[in-house]
Amino acid sequence: MIRFDNVSKRYPGGQEALSQVSFQLAAGELAFLTGHSGAGKSTLLKLIMQMELPSSGQLFVNGQNLNKLSRRQLPYYRRAIGVVFQDHQLLFDRSVFDNVALPLAIAGYDPRDAARRVRAALDKVGLLHKEQQNPASLSTGEQQRVGIARAVVNKPALILADEPTGNLDPALSAEIMRLFEQFCGVGVAVLIASHDLSLISRLQHRMLVLDQGRLISGMDGT
Amino acid sequence: MARTPPPPRGGASRRQAPRPPPPPRPEPRRGGTSVPVGRKLGRFAQHQLAAVDSLLRLLSDPLGTLLAALVMGIALALPLCLALLLQNLQGLAQNVDAAGTLSLYLDAGLAPARQEALATSLRERDDVKDVTLITPAQALSDFERNSGFQNVLAGLDKNPLPPVLVLTPRSLDVDVLQNLQRHVATLNGVDLAESDLTWLQRLRALVNLANRLALLLAVMLCLGGLRVIGNTIRLAIESRRSEIVVVKLVGGTDAYVARPFLYCGFWYGASGGVVALLLSVLCLFVLSDPYARLLGSYGSDSVLHGFSLSSGFGVVAGAALLGWLGAKLSVLRHLRAIEPR
Ligand SMILES: Nc1ncnc2c1ncn2[C@@H]1O[C@H](COP(=O)(O)OP(=O)(O)O)[C@@H](O)[C@H]1O
Ligand SMILES: [Mg+2]
Repeated sequence: MIRFDNVSKRYPGGQEALSQVSFQLAAGELAFLTGHSGAGKSTLLKLIMQMELPSSGQLFVNGQNLNKLSRRQLPYYRRAIGVVFQDHQLLFDRSVFDNVALPLAIAGYDPRDAARRVRAALDKVGLLHKEQQNPASLSTGEQQRVGIARAVVNKPALILADEPTGNLDPALSAEIMRLFEQFCGVGVAVLIASHDLSLISRLQHRMLVLDQGRLISGMDGT
Repeated sequence: MARTPPPPRGGASRRQAPRPPPPPRPEPRRGGTSVPVGRKLGRFAQHQLAAVDSLLRLLSDPLGTLLAALVMGIALALPLCLALLLQNLQGLAQNVDAAGTLSLYLDAGLAPARQEALATSLRERDDVKDVTLITPAQALSDFERNSGFQNVLAGLDKNPLPPVLVLTPRSLDVDVLQNLQRHVATLNGVDLAESDLTWLQRLRALVNLANRLALLLAVMLCLGGLRVIGNTIRLAIESRRSEIVVVKLVGGTDAYVARPFLYCGFWYGASGGVVALLLSVLCLFVLSDPYARLLGSYGSDSVLHGFSLSSGFGVVAGAALLGWLGAKLSVLRHLRAIEPR
């Protein structure tokens, strides 16, 4: 699903945020991306989302060489990826339902068909009863779950999450991680950046460890 | 492992890369929820959604929308009123053609027989329809009747008025008339050939000049309108920045992101056009009375005409197009700069 070949990223005027990173993530696999703050976790996810471009090396996602992706193709590429952010990035000018429906509206789905899928996604994160509320009125944990519903509503092949439990207490964090575990295993690859070692080491999944931009462990899938 | 040479990349190079058509959108059938993949809307339905959505958005802020429409409307109303007035004057200048005659003032000492001979020879010309001789005696009595000065002229020892030939040309064309006038002025015995079309020619020249001015004004004010819309849209883009970022992250194309703003500009323009029409109707109302009085003094019973239904519709459509264009320019300048980081 994901393949990094000697990928390096240097921000303009900065040091290397990622150096010579190589690894693969298979379809249906869940992996944690961990490391100290500033190790390059967010940068790695941004490269996959094409929010940043690598300075060197090659990246393949879903069989597609991202170096060959044109600006025109970029939106269609992004539709196959679900993203969850630490700050959830929900829009407070519309209801929970409309937030989750956004990716479907963008992809041009008939609103009537979209509604069923939005409800199914909200049901999965246990928030169906709050669909008409404004996300601002929800708790942080609920907001994060709405973000997850939005990430999965378009049935992505790949789910990325950057510190999805960053603002949550341990019980809520464990609950969120359990949600992610439900999505892999049905062919969806999940990559979660987190520095919460105590939480992720309890879960039995592959760990990719970054240290100052270098991948020091987990690259071979053990 | 051999290090692959860094490919020529970067934001700029991606934009310049040849653009293959977007790949066919595969329907992901994996995981997630178990609800079947839905139908997609056609292009038209998507546009309809965006148009209605942006209209509702504008209506949810009626005061702001009204203000923007007013600014746009006033900018458009000025050239519109001017065009209306010119259109009327032009119609008038065209219609007065029918009244064209030439007055030939003959030498005061010309013998009556020579006067008759001149009238007869002119009558035989192909381009002349009719010639009427007005003798000095006739002219004097006409003058006395029309002016009411009966005794002033009685004090004169001699009739000061020259004999006049009033010549009605066959053609109503101003140019033909001018040629005829130039010709008859050179005839023996003719002192002066005067056309009562001089004022008409001046009016036409004036209308032509004013037309050019109106066009220039219209272009400038339309550019102003574009700026107004562009600015309004820039603010709208700024206020929806976070939404744009999220939309781009979940796969919104540039066209999708731009669409609500383009429709917003479209609606601003259309409402500005309606305001401009209302304002020009108001102008019409205010001006129609003095206009009729002015024209009445020239012997015309012409009234000020407004816009036809179709040209009124054209004004609104043109204004909507202008709004769309202003939004497009603004979107091109400001939307691409907003990228998720
Ligand atoms: N936009 C940027 N411009 C310059 N340097 C950046 C930028 N984003 C991140 N960095 C730097 O890159 C390194 C990796 O950052 P990041 O990927 O955010 O780490 P993490 O998510 O693991 O905390 C850090 O040293 C950070 O300062
Ligand atoms: Mg980070």
